[in-house]
Amino acid sequence: MAESEKKSVPVLEAENLSIVFGGLHAVDDVHFTLHENQIMGLIGPNGAGKTTVFNLLTGVYTPTTGQIKLDGRSILGKKTYQITKMGVARTFQNIRLFKDMSVLDNVRVAMNQKMNYSALAGILGLPSYWREEAAVEEKAMDLLRVFHLEGHAQDRAKNLPYGQQRKLEIARALAGDPKVLLLDEPAAGMNPTETAELMETIELIRSRFHVAILLIEHDMSFVMGICEHLVVLDYGRIIASGTPEEVRTNPKVITAYLGGE
Amino acid sequence: MTKQKKPGLVPKNKLVSYAVNLVLLVAAYLLFFVLIGSGVINRYTSGIMTTMFINIILTVSLNLVSGFLGQLVLGHAGFMSVGAYTAALFTLYSGLPITIAFPIGIVLAGVVAAVFGVIIGVPALRLRGDYLAIITLGFGEIIRVIILACDFTGGAKGLRGIPTILPQGSDATSLSLAKYSYVFWLAVVTVVVIWAFVRSRHGRAVIAIREDEIAAEASGVHTTYYKLFAFVMAAFFAGVAGSLYAHHIGVLDPSKFNFDYSVEILLMAVLGGLGSITGSIIAAIVLTILPEFLRGFEDYRMLIYAVILIIVMLFKPSGLMGQHEFSLSRLVSRLTAKRAGGAKQGKGE
Repeated sequence: MAESEKKSVPVLEAENLSIVFGGLHAVDDVHFTLHENQIMGLIGPNGAGKTTVFNLLTGVYTPTTGQIKLDGRSILGKKTYQITKMGVARTFQNIRLFKDMSVLDNVRVAMNQKMNYSALAGILGLPSYWREEAAVEEKAMDLLRVFHLEGHAQDRAKNLPYGQQRKLEIARALAGDPKVLLLDEPAAGMNPTETAELMETIELIRSRFHVAILLIEHDMSFVMGICEHLVVLDYGRIIASGTPEEVRTNPKVITAYLGGE
Repeated sequence: MTKQKKPGLVPKNKLVSYAVNLVLLVAAYLLFFVLIGSGVINRYTSGIMTTMFINIILTVSLNLVSGFLGQLVLGHAGFMSVGAYTAALFTLYSGLPITIAFPIGIVLAGVVAAVFGVIIGVPALRLRGDYLAIITLGFGEIIRVIILACDFTGGAKGLRGIPTILPQGSDATSLSLAKYSYVFWLAVVTVVVIWAFVRSRHGRAVIAIREDEIAAEASGVHTTYYKLFAFVMAAFFAGVAGSLYAHHIGVLDPSKFNFDYSVEILLMAVLGGLGSITGSIIAAIVLTILPEFLRGFEDYRMLIYAVILIIVMLFKPSGLMGQHEFSLSRLVSRLTAKRAGGAKQGKGE
């Protein structure tokens, strides 16, 4: 596990993470450390427990045992929205946009956590309302520009093509200035061109938003091409961990994916 | 792109449209004030108008929860009855002159209904799903039975002798005018407050919960808080509507606030379009007036009413307005654009 990088400041640490659903060890003794500006991949066959790990990290489930730390502080027992405010944002395997809201509003909802004016100020239209709303609109448009979505700002989210919906979901996750971005199968359902484009986007996100990225993905060329570190899960346990090259040649990984005798 | 906007400044076009709307509102208010005052609109009709404005308050407030938050409420009449009895008992027993007691009673009615909203909402809204519908359904029935069983509410006989909103001895026309003024401006306040809430960051959070609760939570929205906020706000305005109703009718009969009435309010919100405030207003107006027009066909009244509803639901299941809002400034800009060559039209829908 000890991977010596030059300036590896740990951002998100998972220690001995386990969750048991009625006797089933969905996640069993999983541990990893996500460093600043790192792109880490979480891979494994279907049902290996990857999304469950995401749900543990974001407070959807509370782990049976183990510890999760963000910047050295425990986030155990915190609610999802609190964890998001602390700096862990995510996307979903099946895109979950606010479908009937405008593209701009999708991003603005996620910026709500950084806004301060009270409900009364909003209802009465006090100066703080206009000031913050103007600032947020500008910030949201800037964010949409990064993803080339500014032309669709007023469109309903459900009317965007699939690839752009994925992008919008990432943009929404970034709207709260997270420290850690969790991407659940960002390339699912994309054609090779879109996947290549997505790789560029993720690189761009990392450099521009200074965010550590943990992603789940089945597309191996995508994972191998973009991740610096991989964690391989099977039946809830870590079976391998290391650089893409190390993992690719690991016999356990090959067995897990292709089946062994 | 370094546009130096003055912070805190309201955009000019917004100010203009606010001003225009205000002027139109005052003009409409004065128009009907004169019509009622001069007797062109008789007392019967002005009574229906009062009911209509009360229904607008009820429908718009229900729409906040059922339309914008996306949670079904089947006991809105329950909150209304809490407000109605609170205000009526207050004006009956406070000993204050009615001109002072009534405004206080209105606020009190809203506050007490809101407290009930918190009591109902906290357990129901912490859960994900349609628990609110069941719990509010139960609440509406329980509150009615409690009112029936208590002595201080008048029980099944009803609460009688609720004072009129003007001191005794005032003539019927000024009473009609006072009622009209109260319900008109309180309906305006309700609509403006809920409209302003919905377009604020808090309203966006509420709509996001309707769209996808899990994603809203993951986007940093404290879902329980915002659900409760919207629900309590709706309860508050239902209470206000109840206080107006109590002093409009003068007698409170617990059987008025039954499940049928809750459904009737929900019907107005659905017909107008869940998620459209202007739709709620239109539906509340139409569905209050329509039965009056159909009085001539007494036997077929409810039948015609039902058929109209079925037709609307068949051809426009999302309600008359869907999630759209009628906006005067948009209408004007579209009309002027059409006249200027009709280059860009039909961008709506």
